Amino acid sequence: MENPLPTTAPKLNLAGLSKKDYDGAPSTLCKGCGHNSISSQIVQVAFELSLRPHQVIKLSGIGCSSKSPAYFLGMSHGFNALHGRMPSVATGALLANHTLRAIGVSGDGDTGSIGLGQFKHLMRRNLRMVYIIENNGVYGLTKGQFSATAEEGLRLKYAGENPFPPVDLCLEALVAGCGFVARSFAGDAKQVRELLKAALSHRGTAVLDIISPCVTFNNEDDSPKSYGYGTKHEKPLHELGFIPPAEEIAIEPMQPGEYRLVELHDGSRIALRNLEADYDPTDKTVALRRLLEAQEKQEFITGLIYYNPHRPNLAEVEGLHTPLAHLSPEQLRPSPAALAAVLQDYA
Amino acid sequence: MSVLEHAQMAQPAIQSPIVNDFSLVVATANGTGSQTANLTLLRSFFKLGIPVHGKNIFPSNIQGMPTWYHIRVSHQGYVARKPSEILVAFNPATAQEDVAALPSGGVCLYHTEIKNLPQRSDLVYYPIPAGEFLAGMDIPVKRKPYLANMAYVGVLAWMLDLPLEVVAEALGAQFAQRAKLVESNLEVVRRAQAWAAQNLQKRDPYRLEPMNKTEGLILMTGNEAGALGAVFGGVSVAAWYPITPSTSFMDALKEFLARLRKDEQGHPTYAVVQAEDELAAAGIVMGAGWAGARALTATSGPGISLMAEFVSYGYYAEIPAVIWDIQRVGPSTGLPTRTSQGDLLFTYYLGHGDTKHPVLLPSSIEECFEFGWKAFDLAEELQTPVFVLSDLDLGMNNWMGRPFDYPNQPLQRGKVLSAQELEALGYFARYKDVDGDGIPYRTLPGTPHPMAAYFTRGSGHNEQAQYSERPEDWVRNMARLARKFETARKRMPPPVIQAHPQARIGLIAFGTTRYAIEEARDRLAERLPTSFLRLRALPIGPEVGEFVAAHERVYVIELNRDGQLCAILQNELPELASRLYPIAYLDGLPLTAQWVLEELLKREALQ
Repeated sequence: MENPLPTTAPKLNLAGLSKKDYDGAPSTLCKGCGHNSISSQIVQVAFELSLRPHQVIKLSGIGCSSKSPAYFLGMSHGFNALHGRMPSVATGALLANHTLRAIGVSGDGDTGSIGLGQFKHLMRRNLRMVYIIENNGVYGLTKGQFSATAEEGLRLKYAGENPFPPVDLCLEALVAGCGFVARSFAGDAKQVRELLKAALSHRGTAVLDIISPCVTFNNEDDSPKSYGYGTKHEKPLHELGFIPPAEEIAIEPMQPGEYRLVELHDGSRIALRNLEADYDPTDKTVALRRLLEAQEKQEFITGLIYYNPHRPNLAEVEGLHTPLAHLSPEQLRPSPAALAAVLQDYA
Repeated sequence: MSVLEHAQMAQPAIQSPIVNDFSLVVATANGTGSQTANLTLLRSFFKLGIPVHGKNIFPSNIQGMPTWYHIRVSHQGYVARKPSEILVAFNPATAQEDVAALPSGGVCLYHTEIKNLPQRSDLVYYPIPAGEFLAGMDIPVKRKPYLANMAYVGVLAWMLDLPLEVVAEALGAQFAQRAKLVESNLEVVRRAQAWAAQNLQKRDPYRLEPMNKTEGLILMTGNEAGALGAVFGGVSVAAWYPITPSTSFMDALKEFLARLRKDEQGHPTYAVVQAEDELAAAGIVMGAGWAGARALTATSGPGISLMAEFVSYGYYAEIPAVIWDIQRVGPSTGLPTRTSQGDLLFTYYLGHGDTKHPVLLPSSIEECFEFGWKAFDLAEELQTPVFVLSDLDLGMNNWMGRPFDYPNQPLQRGKVLSAQELEALGYFARYKDVDGDGIPYRTLPGTPHPMAAYFTRGSGHNEQAQYSERPEDWVRNMARLARKFETARKRMPPPVIQAHPQARIGLIAFGTTRYAIEEARDRLAERLPTSFLRLRALPIGPEVGEFVAAHERVYVIELNRDGQLCAILQNELPELASRLYPIAYLDGLPLTAQWVLEELLKREALQ
């Protein structure tokens, strides 16, 4: 492919690519949409981690959020699936080739309503993928109906008042067996980035529930899913930094006991400086209690809520070795002698 | 009345012998283990060299509801359903109607514990004191009811002249040579046979004589054959949600995969996932097909309903997938354990918008195997979901067949561009019709080339796979998909035609109705000669129109209410539509030759 060098060479990463190489098509979402800021963090993280685009697949369901994979990593294969069905497509794709890195982008309607079943079963199977929920509490494409994550009692101009309690997708992920449950805020770019990096290193399904304001239908300052509210009320459980494998710890010096190092499956680590005393993200009961508490008190907690690297992922459970998409014709079709032997049993 | 008194009742006189030509039905309650005894009988007849076929007519239930196992023995090789002359009455709940259904001169073998068995003077009765044969045998109490069924095998062995060594051989196959199980079952057969020989007097005309007509043949269910075919087609990902009658397809697939598909280090070269529902099963298959693995799902009508959204997606985004539909009776939950050909229209056009799909129509275990591997070639060559429409009768029952031919061509993986090919081309447009056959080129995720990636979507797209709402892009793409379907038309397996030189009447059918039709044609050969076209796939090729044009009237015979194939043919052959007449019927049971024959005579006003 012709690729004329620009006059001033941009900074290249270990994959020999510039940040621009990770761009996608121009976004068609509303200006200021939280989803766009998440897309740019994905671009940034992919560049920083030197991901090889051809080894990444991007998947999504249906909705505003699910359009966004077109707007990052243009050199990666993408699959914009059906509403709520991205988990099953990802499952098939990663069974066919478990060496691919998968980034899934979904929304609160896609995950919390029509796709809740597939979401829960994805957690059970622990497919190795990053599952981002761009959570804004409303259906944007159909003009602002409440989604299942909208707060009880929330009033919106188009939808009126929401009479039902919200589905907390971090809670759902946690009780379904997910080993990486995080919540973040599209307005907190640094935290989103660090969580993304850690999620990409996780062995199984990593869920990132990112509050991502809908500037058109749900961004009044009194709405918990608005920029104004999030900026004012975000309550990080910890400051966190991602440390790639084989890299020295380069975070600012801290007193022992001030931060916790969480080892990820591929040898990378997350450094967590607790902002809430004694919050232990490796204790499921603690995580569950904290999420329920936050729901009760309407607190906007963010950070790595739960982490457990011990469950094998689906490809490991299935015992896969050579990617199934790469099998040779001889591996795919047993021999004539094998056929004859089977038929002998039916003679 | 004692057993012996009953046996000595006034009964019809012995007629001249009827050899290797009868139907037998075993009436039991399901969950009582009669399947072992029934399959032992079936295999015994098969091993005697006599053409045979068994049909299990069973309830949607785990235990206690009536079930009937029909075995047809036919020296002529007929395997269609035929009302039975011999009844094994082991179910008190249905004994009244079972006895009533026997033709005059029929035989009733009955469990002596059945009270108030109807007495008919035109039947031969043989008692079976099944419980007595287990006396003194060292077997666990919970296995006794299962073993008790072997009593009717023993009495039938006496009645039909079935050698015990053949039964022993059949039991060996049944229990995979587990000696203890073979021996305890055989002991009951032996005791029952000896008791019958001593205490009963043969008064019926039915007998077996060894033949050589099953030599070299195999006995297998369609689901096993289809699953084996899929394994030889290189299936690597399978996902499903349990549903009758497709479950045994997946069970067989898992067994064959475990046996045949491991790499040199012993790693499985496949993955099988039980999905949370059929939506997910179809999604897993689509994801796997997109990423380059051969993937299938097996289901039945209700599952097809749920798969509609992904099949519509797969058609438009052009993703290979293989979907087996083992048809049962719809609409809705319908009759889950009964057979039909009711999903033809639904699968052919499945999906909202303008959609149509290649559909393979197997009628035998040989075709289940062949279409089992061929479906993957077609799906990958055509980059689209391909259906294989089997049915409960074919899928779950044991059929005779020739040992399967090994695939006669290498795997056809379709138009997939490698990094080297992309480099050489210097250009890639996912949905461009480069070759004029409507089939574009695709790339697989993981292909190490900057041009390889494209964005797959179910929304409007142009040749470059970019989002597009432009009318001309939409029209161009849909026209290309229609062109691709014309390419499919040329690649589907052609119909099998049995032409009769004097026939003015043609018959068209697909799948398992062929057996009743073939037998009816033989019986009508003098009175109403017919030609027969057995369709093996949709879309149809030119042979079908030629066949219709060559006959004054063509009856399309199928196992549904509305004549679905007839409607499709009338639609595809509008200029010949007035020659096509449906003969369609569905009550949940396979057609009989007698019904086909009478229906044809009625239509031709010859009755």
